Amino acid sequence: MAAVQETIDQVKSIDVTEYKYGFVTELEVDKPAKGLTEDTVRYISARKNEPEWMLEWRLDAFRRWKTMTEPTWSRVNYPPINYQDIYYYAAPKKGADPKSLDEVDPAILETYKKLGIPLREQEILAGVAPENRVAVDAVFDSVSVVTTFKDELAKAGVIFCSISEAIREHPELVKKYLASVVPVTDNYFATLNSAVFTDGSFVYIPKGVRCPMELSTYFRINEQNTGQFERTLIIADEGSYVSYLEGCTAPKRDENQLHAAVVELIALDDAEIKYSTVQNWFPGDAEGKGGIYNFVTKRGDCRGKRSKISWTQVETGSAITWKYPSCILRGDGSRGEFYSIAVSNGAQQVDSGTKMLHLGKNTTSKIIAKGIAAGKSDSTYRGMVSAHRKATGARNFTNCDSLLIGDQCGAHTIPYIEAKTSTAIFEHEATTSKIGEDQMFYCQQRGLSEEEAVALIVNGFVKEVLQQLPMEFAVEAQKLITISLEGSVG
Amino acid sequence: MLEIRNLVVKIADEDKQILNGLNLTVNAGEVAAIMGPNGSGKSTLSYVIAGKEDYEVLDGEILLNGENLLEMEADARAAAGIFLAFQYPLEIPGVATMTFLKAAMNAQRKARGEAELLTPDFIKQVNGAADKLGIDREMLRRPLNVGFSGGEKKRMEILQMALLSPSMCILDETDSGLDIDALRIVAEGVNALRAQNRGFLVITHYQRLLDHIVPDTVHVMSKGRIVRTGGKELALELEKSGYASYGEAA
Repeated sequence: MAAVQETIDQVKSIDVTEYKYGFVTELEVDKPAKGLTEDTVRYISARKNEPEWMLEWRLDAFRRWKTMTEPTWSRVNYPPINYQDIYYYAAPKKGADPKSLDEVDPAILETYKKLGIPLREQEILAGVAPENRVAVDAVFDSVSVVTTFKDELAKAGVIFCSISEAIREHPELVKKYLASVVPVTDNYFATLNSAVFTDGSFVYIPKGVRCPMELSTYFRINEQNTGQFERTLIIADEGSYVSYLEGCTAPKRDENQLHAAVVELIALDDAEIKYSTVQNWFPGDAEGKGGIYNFVTKRGDCRGKRSKISWTQVETGSAITWKYPSCILRGDGSRGEFYSIAVSNGAQQVDSGTKMLHLGKNTTSKIIAKGIAAGKSDSTYRGMVSAHRKATGARNFTNCDSLLIGDQCGAHTIPYIEAKTSTAIFEHEATTSKIGEDQMFYCQQRGLSEEEAVALIVNGFVKEVLQQLPMEFAVEAQKLITISLEGSVG
Repeated sequence: MLEIRNLVVKIADEDKQILNGLNLTVNAGEVAAIMGPNGSGKSTLSYVIAGKEDYEVLDGEILLNGENLLEMEADARAAAGIFLAFQYPLEIPGVATMTFLKAAMNAQRKARGEAELLTPDFIKQVNGAADKLGIDREMLRRPLNVGFSGGEKKRMEILQMALLSPSMCILDETDSGLDIDALRIVAEGVNALRAQNRGFLVITHYQRLLDHIVPDTVHVMSKGRIVRTGGKELALELEKSGYASYGEAA
């Protein structure tokens, strides 16, 4: 209960009509002209000091992208995107490619501090027990400005760095795994990302190693009219374990900005990857002006036997969310999990869900999706569960519930189920409910205020998913959900 | 304690008037029963006292210890001492009963300017009250009212009543859906809370609840008004003659 009270106090103590992270950092930046041509791709590759093979790979992706058309099947509406009216690269001028924190522009360090993400290791260490430490890769517009605890992680054999650095320092791993889960031509946005991706994180956990701390990446879009093309690659070698968390925010701006990411996870025999996202991009104003277009391809490959990948996401931001973190259950006995809370308010549009592709024998998967729609928002859960004919004994359990607040929002559930083996067992449960006036009256009759009652009911609704998040993030997420729904009742 | 004067109420979005100039007084320490045929406005009266929003008060006033309840939101009325035991208690999925109880108790304490309960004190209080009502402690960890039987839900209402320690308890058809054993346990729970400084308004269609919770006064309600008031013997009389003379065919 204390958590609910704390949530309400937190909400009251900040100005909730303002998106808390909507400030802009004034910096001198380095960026090429707007627009996308082969020269843009060459420019990005050159700025990253990439080897020739990487440039060729990007150019190949770019040529393919030019032949593709933007998909229109999702339940979201937006005006056509002018891809020539976007900046594809923006990096702070001062201290580009910093070797240490001292070379990072203090304005950037200040930005992360304001976001509640300290980057100086000594600040992180103060008052934090070793087991609660989190290593952070901080990505600002198109560049990774710093990665903390790299040396300590290196002692355990863990590689945690920006993808740009990995391309230079660990080409053998990058060549082997990049695009091995999400092929270059997987979809329109993934292909675009392959051509122009700028930064993101790279993680490699060696055989038998349990990563000694939580890893995380914090994405910040700062520059106007700039797209962010994040690329993340995580490899868990045999018998290893890693828990990774991703956070994101952006300033309040009147125009829409594009975030087109590709995240690939690979788990080998007996390895486990736990990937959590707390997505809080600027959602636009109540009328739908501004906000981030979040068009993301996230996919995990349970390549090894008995491997496990779980996705947990709390989505509160973005004007439009279009993402389906998925699992390919290739290894026999592998397991995929997807836990999601999608909160939409104002004019936000969400089309999100997951795919569980059962290829190996005795593979199992579980999907728990909770959608909360308020205001004039629209939320769709789209999920696919399929079993290949060799996937004997495959099992899936899906539960997707929607909670509506008010009568101007919408929630939709679109499941696709496909079983090519008669031994597969797929279960699907779905409910849609409304926070009833009777339920509210009952709580208020017991003395709870209107906002306490909503917080309590919503927290009850999302509890199963919040339990999947690391403790400290669960508290954050709980606050975020309450803030996002502020003013939606009454 | 509770004073209702000339209360006129209609359903908010309709022209239907339910209460037509109702007068009622419940004193501290008194157990008052309201009996009446279906549709006489009994449940509406309980909702209007507790502050449900679906109704519009056209005239009259409701005072609790001299304070005008009609100017308060439902949660403020609860903190002022009104408790309504629902005929159909609501389910709150995902919220453990313990969590709900603590939230409610602390919300009321906060509204009254008191400090929050310490967790050990809270647990002691809840366990003590639950034991008296024969409520299994395992049930306190389950989401409130989800999957509870009718009898369990009603017992949970009485548990909340005991813990929130209100000055005015309203029981809306608490006997509906209870078998005789459950009825006895619930009635004992209520009787244990009878006190000098507490009033009860027991709303019921049937006399049988009043065998267990013996009232000081019995009011008969018909067409949105109190039409007759008497002692506990009035309930027995109604049991024999029915409500026919009060506007419902027997």
